[in-house]
Amino acid sequence: MLKTDVVVIGAGAVGCAIAHELSKYKIDVLVVDMNEDVGGDASKSNSAIIHTGYDAAPGTLESQLVVAANSMYDELTQSLDVPFKRIGAILPAITQEQFDRLPEIKEKAFRNHVYDVEFKTGAELLEMEPNLNPEVKGGLYIPRESIIDPFIFVQALAENANTNGVEFMLGARVKDIKTENGKIKSVVTSCGEIETRYVINSAGLYCDEIAEMVGKAEYKVVARKGQFYILDKNTSCKVEHIVLPIPTKVTKGKLMCPTMHGNMLVGPTAEDQESKVDKSTTSAGLDSIAADVKNLVPNVNIRDTITQYSGLRPNRNPEGLHFDMYEDLEGYINLSGVRSTGLTLSVAMGKYVVQQMMYHGEELELKDNFISERKGIIKFSEQTPEVQDKLIKENPLYGNVICRCETITEAEIVDAINRPLGAKSVDAVKRRVRAGMGRCQGGFCGPKVIEILARETGRSTTDINKNNPGSYMVTGTTR
Amino acid sequence: MKKEIICTVCPRGCHIQVEGDGKNVQKIEGYACKRGLEYGTAEYSHPVRILTTTVKIDGAEGDLLPVRSAQPIPKEKLFECMEVIRNTVVKLPIKRYDVAVSDICGTGIDIVATKTVG
Amino acid sequence: MYCIKCDVAIIGGGPAGLAAATSAKEEGADKVLIIERDNALGGILQQCIHPGFGLTRFNEELTGPEYYGRFTDKIAELGVEVMLNSMVLEVNDKRKEVICTNSEYGLTCVQAGSIVLAMGCRERTRANIVVPGTRPAGLYTAGAAQRLVNRQNIMVGKKVVILGSGDIGMIMARRMTLEGAKVVMVVELMSYLAGLTRNRVQCLDDFGIPLKLAHTITRIEGNERVTGVYVAPVDENKKPILEKEELVECDTVLFSVGLIPENELTSKAGIEINRVTNGPLVNQYMQTSSPAVFACGNVVHVNDLVDNVSSESEQAGKYAARFAMNKLPDAKKEIKCTVGRNVRYVCPQKLLISDEAEKISIYFRVLEPELNVTLAARCGDTVIAQKKEFRVNPGEMNHIVIDSSKLTGDEVTVEVVKED
Repeated sequence: MLKTDVVVIGAGAVGCAIAHELSKYKIDVLVVDMNEDVGGDASKSNSAIIHTGYDAAPGTLESQLVVAANSMYDELTQSLDVPFKRIGAILPAITQEQFDRLPEIKEKAFRNHVYDVEFKTGAELLEMEPNLNPEVKGGLYIPRESIIDPFIFVQALAENANTNGVEFMLGARVKDIKTENGKIKSVVTSCGEIETRYVINSAGLYCDEIAEMVGKAEYKVVARKGQFYILDKNTSCKVEHIVLPIPTKVTKGKLMCPTMHGNMLVGPTAEDQESKVDKSTTSAGLDSIAADVKNLVPNVNIRDTITQYSGLRPNRNPEGLHFDMYEDLEGYINLSGVRSTGLTLSVAMGKYVVQQMMYHGEELELKDNFISERKGIIKFSEQTPEVQDKLIKENPLYGNVICRCETITEAEIVDAINRPLGAKSVDAVKRRVRAGMGRCQGGFCGPKVIEILARETGRSTTDINKNNPGSYMVTGTTR
Repeated sequence: MKKEIICTVCPRGCHIQVEGDGKNVQKIEGYACKRGLEYGTAEYSHPVRILTTTVKIDGAEGDLLPVRSAQPIPKEKLFECMEVIRNTVVKLPIKRYDVAVSDICGTGIDIVATKTVG
Repeated sequence: MYCIKCDVAIIGGGPAGLAAATSAKEEGADKVLIIERDNALGGILQQCIHPGFGLTRFNEELTGPEYYGRFTDKIAELGVEVMLNSMVLEVNDKRKEVICTNSEYGLTCVQAGSIVLAMGCRERTRANIVVPGTRPAGLYTAGAAQRLVNRQNIMVGKKVVILGSGDIGMIMARRMTLEGAKVVMVVELMSYLAGLTRNRVQCLDDFGIPLKLAHTITRIEGNERVTGVYVAPVDENKKPILEKEELVECDTVLFSVGLIPENELTSKAGIEINRVTNGPLVNQYMQTSSPAVFACGNVVHVNDLVDNVSSESEQAGKYAARFAMNKLPDAKKEIKCTVGRNVRYVCPQKLLISDEAEKISIYFRVLEPELNVTLAARCGDTVIAQKKEFRVNPGEMNHIVIDSSKLTGDEVTVEVVKED
């Protein structure tokens, strides 16, 4: 039987951040995920924003963690080579009613210890963001709201954890958790049983099902669907900040912001649903995005969309972010209610979990050989001509451009496949190097990526999946 | 036996009505020109099509040779011809209009390469 | 960085680039270089193995490979140079330089007397037209599927629904059927066929494939591989009638929903783009707003016949060569070519008037199908060219030839006149 100290269930942002934090210490960690790739579910289909926590419920764990996490990103993204930008958010009030609510929002930000929120006049906001609704009466500027590449962020945490000794068991479904004398004993997965002292449940959408396995089903996960549009980099109407609506009770509302790669992101909806797998977009949902965002940015050109997607936020009933350890179940840590702020708070949660483990008697000792630096995949398109020339001469695969929309070379794709926790599927390649993420959505590079994946992993093209098993790309040969 | 044939000679797309015994035309109307009359008659009694597809190349996995029938072949024989072509392998080098399959399915028509490879 | 000098640099070795190269060489350009990203010349015609090409140009029915084969034979004979496996990253029109990657030479700078853009077009996707639903495997643009099936020996699926009755969609319906797949239906949003009648007869009717006009796919089902699509009729405003939605089972959906000129390099170089064609604005020499840069083929506007691409591209190659040799006619005046009744766009959009008398071909598309019309070009109230047409259709390119000596004023307007 496999043996470890800690099993982390779920390789999303939170699971990988915990594993990454634990990898600094002398303790064995194994991350289990039912998907074939790290990156989780909600972690790969969200608005890719690193929040400040200005609008959290003051005094809650969520508020503490989000507010604490925001400041960690400058250094972390630097050492892990993750695209991250502090572009700031603006919250424009279009109606008088919205304008009257601004002091209350600012006051709440203060109670969350987010002190750098500023009032701006309508004219000032239009100066900052000329495409805003010209009727804007004024608003708030939240300078530290930031954007990140959410895929690379989670990959980087996982890769670096892996480099520092954390094992990953991907494509493994947790079937049972065995306990003995009020202690965690082992985790039974579809790929075998693992003996362990700790189980950290960071299974997101499925955390209630995991909790049920140890008899701690005190809550239910309610999937809240969020649909998004991505617009072309060349769209006629762009914004430079995260443009947020004045929030309502149900949701923070539909926003418009740039992505790390210069596209525009517009959304999300907030629709509660029973299913944890239904990630379909709907015309009603998509139409509502266009209608709502036009109030903020009237000239937004939805017709320039290059893709639409939806993600499921693992909301909790009863609501709120929860961290639970139990006196009658030693070694079990339960995280639930990790929702839209999950991406942001993940790194703080990693530290919080470690601290709680220590507080509860685990003696954790720092490794002396921890490697804090991770180098990402070299982006050919962002290099100077001199460096590009050098790269091609060192490795001719850099001379072969596979994805024309994003200018991604064969060398980058091969690196994505062959590095630690490398890509096994077409979407996994896309999330690492952006091949297929541009305006033609893989029409040009898709056929080539299938062939490169087959070649590099020694599989037949019929065994290449879009993402998970069953999502086969092709059915055979013609001859 | 009556049949309506959409003329494909020009973009005008006349709907030609043909009556006959299935082979010989007794009555034909709805065409607008001489070429339409010819097309309608031929399409009624003996419809033919150019078949285009690909053939496997020996020793070149994943590379295919595009081929065509040198002349149109009877429409009802398309799938039978495909079966033969599916099991054909050609050797390189091959030049445009070299024969890949001769006299396919007894039609007297050759399947030829449309491209030079090797 | 590796540097190459040439008179005319042509970006793209598809039908447009090949025709431009032959005419540039024939016009007297000494060194003509084609830069091609693929490992062979021919562009999209390499995967268009079906017949139907060359009817107007060669007066015979050729397949794609045969059609481009005639051009590749000719460029070999003329001594046109070719750089394969080379992706152009940048066009610097001021310095008349093209920067491209090449595995053998590294980053390469091509310095040219003139540049011809012949990058062709790309396909619109499911996401461009916003078909809701899941995002499973098994959704392909028709062209991507065509490449896999015809060039890469890969079969994409077994039970297929095709959205769009354009020629590529119908041709793929036949192709998939011949390769053993079941094509369940072809769904078309408009109430009329988008492609040629001939393809409907030979690609759909021949195999009993149903064509659903005035229908659309309303959503896609399946989490891993596509399991089906919902199909519904549309009303007169092209809005789906959801009460009549029906599930159609399939494991593959092919999208043949239009083509868009590929002008990333053009826009990056600051060359003026027409919002209707999505291609660069050009004059009758196929010269763009940047004097040393010419453009032709589907990068300028999407054509339905490769024969038209070839003739338009020969024009571009010819004048690009003359520009490189400093022999472009002296323009006395520039006039606008504009759209009149039932005309969506015209190409070229500008005309240069010189002492050289020319026959100028103006290509255009109509907005709506019409029968019994006259195509006319007029300057003010004077009709300078006209021809009768039995039928016009948005899917078929029209063209009219005008005599440059008859042009007066600042503008020539192309229109479709309805006869009573």
